[in-house]
Amino acid sequence: MKILIIGATSAIAKATARIYAERGQELFLIARNEEKLDALSADLTVRGAQRVGHAVVDLNKYRDHGKAIDAAFDFLATIDIALICHGSLPDQDASEINFKLAEREINTNGLSVISLLTILSPKLKQQGNGTIAVITSVAGDRGRASNFVYGAAKSMVSAYLQGMRGKLFPHKVHMVDIRPGLVDSPMTAHLKKGLLWSSPESIANKIVAGIAAGKHTLYAPGYWRVIMFVVRLIPEFIFKRLKF
Amino acid sequence: MEVYGWGRFPKASAELLEPVDSESLIKILTANKKIGPMIARGAGRSYGDSSLSANLISSRFLDSFLGLDEDAATIRCGAGVSLGSILKVCIPRGWFLPVLPGTKFVSVGGAIAADIHGKNHHLDGSFCEHVAEFTLLLASGEKVTCSAQQNTELFHATCGGMGLTGIILDATIKCERVSSVSIKQRSLVANTLSECFELLEANTDSKYSVAWLDCLAGGNKLGRSMIYLAQHDDNSDSIKEPKYKNRRRATVAFDMPAFLINKFTLGLFNDAYFNLKKKVHRESTVNYDTYFFPLDNIGNWNRLYGARGFLQYQFVLPLDTALEGISQVLFKVSGAGKGSFLSVLKKFGKANANLLSFPQPGYTLSLDFKREKSLFPLLDGLDEIVLAHGGKIYLAKDARMSESVFKAGYPEWEKFLETKLKVDPRGIFASLQSERIGLT
Ligand SMILES: Cc1cc2nc3c(=O)[nH]c(=O)nc-3n(C[C@H](O)[C@H](O)[C@H](O)COP(=O)(O)OP(=O)(O)OC[C@H]3O[C@@H](n4cnc5c(N)ncnc54)[C@H](O)[C@@H]3O)c2cc1C
Ligand SMILES: NC(=O)c1ccc[n+]([C@@H]2O[C@H](COP(=O)([O-])OP(=O)(O)OC[C@H]3O[C@@H](n4cnc5c(N)ncnc54)[C@H](OP(=O)(O)O)[C@@H]3O)[C@@H](O)[C@H]2O)c1
Repeated sequence: MKILIIGATSAIAKATARIYAERGQELFLIARNEEKLDALSADLTVRGAQRVGHAVVDLNKYRDHGKAIDAAFDFLATIDIALICHGSLPDQDASEINFKLAEREINTNGLSVISLLTILSPKLKQQGNGTIAVITSVAGDRGRASNFVYGAAKSMVSAYLQGMRGKLFPHKVHMVDIRPGLVDSPMTAHLKKGLLWSSPESIANKIVAGIAAGKHTLYAPGYWRVIMFVVRLIPEFIFKRLKF
Repeated sequence: MEVYGWGRFPKASAELLEPVDSESLIKILTANKKIGPMIARGAGRSYGDSSLSANLISSRFLDSFLGLDEDAATIRCGAGVSLGSILKVCIPRGWFLPVLPGTKFVSVGGAIAADIHGKNHHLDGSFCEHVAEFTLLLASGEKVTCSAQQNTELFHATCGGMGLTGIILDATIKCERVSSVSIKQRSLVANTLSECFELLEANTDSKYSVAWLDCLAGGNKLGRSMIYLAQHDDNSDSIKEPKYKNRRRATVAFDMPAFLINKFTLGLFNDAYFNLKKKVHRESTVNYDTYFFPLDNIGNWNRLYGARGFLQYQFVLPLDTALEGISQVLFKVSGAGKGSFLSVLKKFGKANANLLSFPQPGYTLSLDFKREKSLFPLLDGLDEIVLAHGGKIYLAKDARMSESVFKAGYPEWEKFLETKLKVDPRGIFASLQSERIGLT
């Protein structure tokens, strides 16, 4: 299989790439930090990847997206799975009163993904097969007082994926919306961990299995589907009083 | 946060730092002059307090492979890489790790820091003898390469040095080429301890050897044991199907009530084990995973001992005093009705030049005990037997030995401290263990 991973140096992406590497697959990585990309490429090669290529892009520079994806197609020729992983966790209090900050966060977590989807989807459509999988978040399921800049951006991507899934269905291109719960990664290093937290490795296992099974919306781990179902049921007059 | 080792005793509160790369690690060391004692933390598979301190530096993100040399059969990787991950890379190439402990979850950093041994120590020595070199980050923030040829003094202090000289960032491991990863094993029964010793002595040419001992059996059954001899199966082509399976079948999700572990239940278990094993096939070929890591299939098996945790007591005695000393230990343990499931007896080969490494020519026995008040006086009594017979206790398993017992067992401790002082003059690297035994 030929796999493109965008935001490849994220902890979840790295753990996922390692599973594919151990299975001897061909990988193309896109991320913004060349040094990290070199290290990850070496790691994946030792772990068994058949070939590893990469391109360096700051994903908030949309105009560079096309070139990077062209490089991926040059290297892989066809793409079976494109996995989009990059993201950032905003400082909610700061970004809700500073539009420059909010804009940057919404770009990273929302618009940059849509730019990538705009470029990738016609190529996969032309190919007539393939899967595009995007890591969004359970935070997009309902806007919460503590994290709604992030939630809004992720929710935008989820809605976009949902629509695009229908558009691409006749062309045998599948879209997976991956919604992790709480993951113990560098993004959340400053937060206190408890029972509901998962490791990047366990999320990676679920991503690989979910993509293979052709899931539409993949809550990872699965119990987040139940938790978010309940969260969505809470009446707004109560929800607005909750601080979480 | 609350932290503890595999034995879940002692428990301590600590700040867990998880630097994502060596640069952020250097920042921790150099930026904040006020930072208190710290120690590296690998997979947390040491039993006691060797990886506990006020600040823990996790090697969790030092988990990348850095390179591989097909001709020399060496692998270079970060200190946080687990031995299990290395096996996944080795096996498809027909390589194997030359030293494996009883669990594949230990990290490379932990394996070097404890200079761990496997079931083949009598032939192949301990882990660090197969380490070509490693990079050590010193308290100053400086990185140094250490090997048996380069920075030798620091190399021999760091191998077995329990994280007290600095933080190992990465290492190059020499792998062994093997004919297969199927393990052909043969078991023998010994009814007494001296019979067990004789069988181990008679089979020192066997690549792997270990004896499981029933430490609850007293009287004329004292030392009754099963001896497992094994080697790679030359007739198997298992390397050609290198599927490495994660066979985790069960997890102990909650602490078992500790009262279930008592001399009656354990006695029943051990009796059943011996009666069963005597009847089953004496020779069999098993997957290496089953052979080396039987307990890894039960996640968190340490919870079987209940919330209060447990201790492992592992010591080594020289060849000439081993039979006498181990008999005395077993006599004492079976008399107290403590001790546990099966205990493990191994014959060690040569010692190496590392200052605090555990293995030395002789026999090593490890015993598990559930933690209870009355255990500590018993262990103090065992310390006396061990010292009287010229032995020592394994730091990677220890949670309670006194400074004097440590210093008597490890005569090179002063030389170690000299070296440590040169690279860590302010004494930044310290664990609860090193403070207890007078190393910091
Ligand atoms: C089921 C089981 C079976 C075992 N069988 C064996 C056996 O057969 N033979 C044997 O020898 N041991 C055995 N052990 C013990 C184990 O191999 C050692 O305790 C080993 O050190 C654990 O490694 P770790 O990565 O878990 O390290 P930790 O427990 O996290 O740390 C152990 C020590 O290593 C140091 N350390 C860890 N990483 C670094 C680093 N990057 N740089 C510097 N210092 C570091 C720590 O400071 C600490 O002193 C066994 C343990 C278990 C749980
Ligand atoms: N952790 C959680 O609890 C959690 C929960 C739900 C969803 N998620 C989502 O999971 C995905 C992976 O996150 P993670 O937990 O693995 O955290 P992570 O390790 O911090 O990964 C975030 C990645 O995004 C990259 N990135 C950020 N801005 C970028 C930009 N402008 N251009 C290129 N790359 C950029 C970062 O690159 P660098 O490596 O160069 O810094 C980093 O690799 C994210 O989409 C996140 O929103 C995480």
